[in-house]
Amino acid sequence: MSSASKSGTKVLLAPAIAFLVLLFLYPFAYGLYLSFTKADGAATFSNYLRFFKDPWDFRTIWTTLWISVPITFINVGLAIPFAYYMRRGMKGEKTITFFLIVPITLGAVLISEGMLSYMGPRGWLNQFLMAIGLVREPVRFTHNYLGVVISLGLSGFPYAFLMLLGYVSGINPDLEKAGQMLGASRLQTFWKILFPLMVPGIAIAFCLNFVMAFSVFPSAVLLGQPSGPTRVIAIAAYQWAFEKFNFNAASAISMIMAAIELIVITLVLVWRGRMYKGASIVGKG
Amino acid sequence: MKDFKHISVRRMTKRFGEKTALHEFSLDFDKGEFVTFLGPSGCGKSTALNCITGLIPISSGEIYIDDECIDDSRDKIAPEKREFGMVFQNYALFPHLSVFDNVAFGLRLRKHTKKSVREKVDTALRLVHLEGYGSKFPAQMSGGEQQRVAIARCIVLEPRLLLLDEPLSNLDAKLRVELRYELKALHERLRVTTIYVTHDQTEALALSDRIVVMRAGKIQQVGTPEEVFSDPANLFVADFMGFKNMWKAKLESLSQSPGHLDAVVKTAGGSLRARLRYPEGDPRRSALVAAHASGKPVVTAIRPEDILLRAQEGMNTLGCTATLVEYQGQQSQVSACFDASGPEGAADRIDFRSAERVEEGRGLQLGVAPDRLLLFPELETAATTVEEGSP
Repeated sequence: MSSASKSGTKVLLAPAIAFLVLLFLYPFAYGLYLSFTKADGAATFSNYLRFFKDPWDFRTIWTTLWISVPITFINVGLAIPFAYYMRRGMKGEKTITFFLIVPITLGAVLISEGMLSYMGPRGWLNQFLMAIGLVREPVRFTHNYLGVVISLGLSGFPYAFLMLLGYVSGINPDLEKAGQMLGASRLQTFWKILFPLMVPGIAIAFCLNFVMAFSVFPSAVLLGQPSGPTRVIAIAAYQWAFEKFNFNAASAISMIMAAIELIVITLVLVWRGRMYKGASIVGKG
Repeated sequence: MKDFKHISVRRMTKRFGEKTALHEFSLDFDKGEFVTFLGPSGCGKSTALNCITGLIPISSGEIYIDDECIDDSRDKIAPEKREFGMVFQNYALFPHLSVFDNVAFGLRLRKHTKKSVREKVDTALRLVHLEGYGSKFPAQMSGGEQQRVAIARCIVLEPRLLLLDEPLSNLDAKLRVELRYELKALHERLRVTTIYVTHDQTEALALSDRIVVMRAGKIQQVGTPEEVFSDPANLFVADFMGFKNMWKAKLESLSQSPGHLDAVVKTAGGSLRARLRYPEGDPRRSALVAAHASGKPVVTAIRPEDILLRAQEGMNTLGCTATLVEYQGQQSQVSACFDASGPEGAADRIDFRSAERVEEGRGLQLGVAPDRLLLFPELETAATTVEEGSP
């Protein structure tokens, strides 16, 4: 390649780089800077120390993990069998996919509003459960831990499912046949062939779902108990920034959020690396 | 391996909805035989293969191994329990496993000891000339090497039947020939009963003990490579076996002798004599007699090699003009058209080979011996064709 066309390629990269710098790198660097300074600009660790010393704030890490980790496992765990059974396409697949995509397009606030009335104490769901005699008193689906988890399931499952479906249907169907011809039962074919090949997809789906769930904010406020069991780390950051107007402390909290997310992602990627060494879709066959 | 004497497929039929992909396919294999299913894409050869493995359920018919019924369209032994091995066109190696683990896959499912797995895998890899490749991954290997791993993965289990679905068609021409020799050598050595699916007549002729030519889900002819090559059962098989000169003709006379027929046909290039070695009882003989009686048109079938640049004593002569000459090294491929051809014969093209240089536009008097000219009734159009191997 000549040097002229090389520099031409670099020019084409400019918008992407500008985008990355302006919308990600600069805000991130500025936040990092804020988190290590006081309001007057003096360097300090106090923003971090305060967070870890204050049990009310520090506890939000566990609260958030307690919400986000189980629902991520549930979302990805459910998506695996669904994607497996739909890997060769099926009747009504488009309809199913449509109803799965709707929650993604609606956004967290609309889902929360819908759940509040549908799953509320006098909502249809509770009326139905009482009518068929399954429960005597309304079940509390909202304004608690369960409400937040359900809303994260509604918005997170479709992502996991669609990602894994793309992944499984990309696996050469002859691999399953080959496994069968070598004597593997359906279950053995799944665990010894399909599952290892799905691992990269599972890892990515898990990471995305976890990051979305860990940074939960609107449904934790609207559907949970933001002053207690669902006071997630994002709420803590919000309160420091917009109730106490301490952007330095809020920045420190968001840096802690990022660090925790990175730790979890690293763990998932390490797991992936141990499970999987090849490429699931080999070009030549 | 459970021992057996032969495998018998009886009236196996596969329908996909309205379409019949495979119609009453019946065939017996002896142990150790190499049988090829040959036909164009959509002829049902891959469907037949997949039905025999059990990967595609059959609509009716039965498959027996000696007296054991393995499939009668209602009850069947699952594919994984049939002890068959299959090699796929796209190799279908497990990309997340090393070559060793790929080959060991079936052995480990059968709970072989670690030592026995290692010994058997090493032997299998040596058989396909891949010693020392055990720790590689499929993505690091060439297509030919991958297909060898796929073959090793099957033969290591000593299958009762080895099925190969167009195993060479993803490879480039040179590798294809190389691996074809190896397959032949491997079969000579191991004598595994083999079904081989291909659309390539050269592969079929080179490898097979018997060839099954298929069209539109039906068997057209079963025979040794020699039989299929020189004595095709109908126009379709002739076409597939390289009888490129197929001209419309009308039977002018037909005289019957016990061992053969003598015919005179009128083609666009004039009258031609043919001596057909169709013995009595041969369906081709009765078909021609019927065509003569009803006045139905027939079609000639002549190999390019059987048309000579200079007519000799006792040959038919073809007056024609060379239209296209393709230089191919040892010889040239020449296309010509009949001088006498009227508007209806304009489509008839003469294809022959010549070691001598032929200029385009040159007038020729070609010769073809009467016993090199085959005649068949026209082919009825194929009623059913489905996509190869579609489930």
